[in-house]
Amino acid sequence: MARAVTTRRKSLNTALAWAVGLLIFFPILWTILTSFKTEAQAIASPPLFLNFNWTLENYAVVQERSDYMRFLWNSVIIAGGSTILGVIIAVPAAWAMAFVPSKRTKDILLWMLSTKMLPAVGVLYPIYLLFIRLGLLDTRGGLVVVLMLINLPIIVWMLYTYFREIPGEILEAARMDGATLKEEILYVLTPMAIPGIASTVLLNFILAWNEAFWTLNLTAVDAAPLTAFIASYSSPEGLFFAKLSAASTMAIAPILILGWFSQKQLVRGLTFGAVK
Amino acid sequence: MGRIQLKSVTKSFGDVEVIPPLDLTIEDGEFTVFVGPSGCGKSTLLRLIAGLEDITSGSIDIDGADATDVPPAKRGLAMVFQSYALYPHMTVRKNIAFPLRMAKLDQAEIDKRVEGAASVLNLTDYLDRRPGQLSGGQRQRVAIGRAIVREPAAFLFDEPLSNLDAALRVGMRLEISELHERLATTMIYVTHDQVEAMTMADKIVVLQAGVIEQVGSPLELYRTPRNLFVAGFIGSPKMNFIEGEEAAKHDAQTIGIRPEHITVSESGGTWSGIVGVSEHLGSDTFFHIHETGLAETITVRADGEVGFRHGDRIHLTPRSDVIHRFDAKGLRIE
Repeated sequence: MARAVTTRRKSLNTALAWAVGLLIFFPILWTILTSFKTEAQAIASPPLFLNFNWTLENYAVVQERSDYMRFLWNSVIIAGGSTILGVIIAVPAAWAMAFVPSKRTKDILLWMLSTKMLPAVGVLYPIYLLFIRLGLLDTRGGLVVVLMLINLPIIVWMLYTYFREIPGEILEAARMDGATLKEEILYVLTPMAIPGIASTVLLNFILAWNEAFWTLNLTAVDAAPLTAFIASYSSPEGLFFAKLSAASTMAIAPILILGWFSQKQLVRGLTFGAVK
Repeated sequence: MGRIQLKSVTKSFGDVEVIPPLDLTIEDGEFTVFVGPSGCGKSTLLRLIAGLEDITSGSIDIDGADATDVPPAKRGLAMVFQSYALYPHMTVRKNIAFPLRMAKLDQAEIDKRVEGAASVLNLTDYLDRRPGQLSGGQRQRVAIGRAIVREPAAFLFDEPLSNLDAALRVGMRLEISELHERLATTMIYVTHDQVEAMTMADKIVVLQAGVIEQVGSPLELYRTPRNLFVAGFIGSPKMNFIEGEEAAKHDAQTIGIRPEHITVSESGGTWSGIVGVSEHLGSDTFFHIHETGLAETITVRADGEVGFRHGDRIHLTPRSDVIHRFDAKGLRIE
């Protein structure tokens, strides 16, 4: 009897998981579907699900109107650059917090994370002025730095939790074996933390890829990434739903594919090292 | 060379002083064992010598040179950890070669030394495996291999055998002793197991609460324990302590008599009592005797053939020449 209940419960859980999953995925699915409709079909009521005339017209228009590759390239540089820079800065920081903790380490970590609670718009003005002064407005370098700083607390926190799983004795062994601090981090800590570092990199790449507030406010033309590309299709008037959807699909496609192939690492990253 | 000298070394964690001022000299080539109950500071002391912890005051000399502020990598000491602390992402070969790589030796020399260590430790067939594919004993040998290739001034062992099962532990104990015979390098070995201490050491340092209770050869500690703590800690089963009237007869506050120094008989004898639990080991039998009027339990060791049963009344005769006497402070009376 107990077995029967478990089986039923299992299928119920599976069904529920699928339902929630589909619910979450629905907007993305709808965007992809809409991108293949004509503008008229896109706003048809009742909405058309699959029985419409599939068309690639929107993609053609979008490609004609704006240079997708340039935006894509900017996104790759900004997301990739900020992630790599962040990891380079965060590894030593997380090392210090995980292996030479002080009384205040926990407080520092919380304080760092608390900066994520600050509404970004609160610091937009000073950062905007700073960017003007430094000539960083609409440059990829400027965005790399800003996005790196924004995600740094998360990178440090994630690496910290991964590093804490590594027994300190192994690092002490490296020290006894004559490794300098640099060698210890390079040859022992980093290789052992590769799975953790990989999921950290992945998650932060996605966060930076999807970041819209700073990328929209601090870029115009030269450094505009895919978020700006999408935004350029949102228009107060005219029929732009299908084209907007096509642009969105093109913008999320690379990250969707990346995410699909690295699901395992991502799940590990999202559980923040809580699950071994 | 590996003469290590601790001069008034202290260690505090915050406000807690775990090692009060301590002086100790470990001679070159000596096998020294730090032994004591958990939390007695023996591992801390080892880590201070290794440089993994900073000393709070005092100084540490290695071969006559002040090493107090020398980082662990530069002290010329090798350490074997309780958890083995192997590098899981490297093969056995790379693990053993790691200290040599850090010392920037050339590849030919590294290969030669790694092969040498591997053959000494019977690891030749495992050189290309990773630590995860090895048994506990093999991992421990890799850890030792990593230590010996460096040809250090001294080896530090931090409870290296406590993760191994009993049979393996005896084997590794012999291997480490043999290694010491062959290399004749200073070894400092931390354990809470007094059997390991007794069987391996040239010199035992008994520690309690960060204080050295006694330093001496295994037999010195066994024959002339300086105080009640050492008397109770060294020897298995534990020494019997008797207070009161019986002790007063010997002009002492407490007398101690080891289980192996009491003979049992069916009649006669100095004391008598009722047999409680008996532990038959084949070669020996340990009787736990109650109702002797001396102490709650008196443990005696008898020949394996002696067959008293639970509840039997037996008679005990201590060997008078090996009764240890202690004063009110617990110090030995000569």
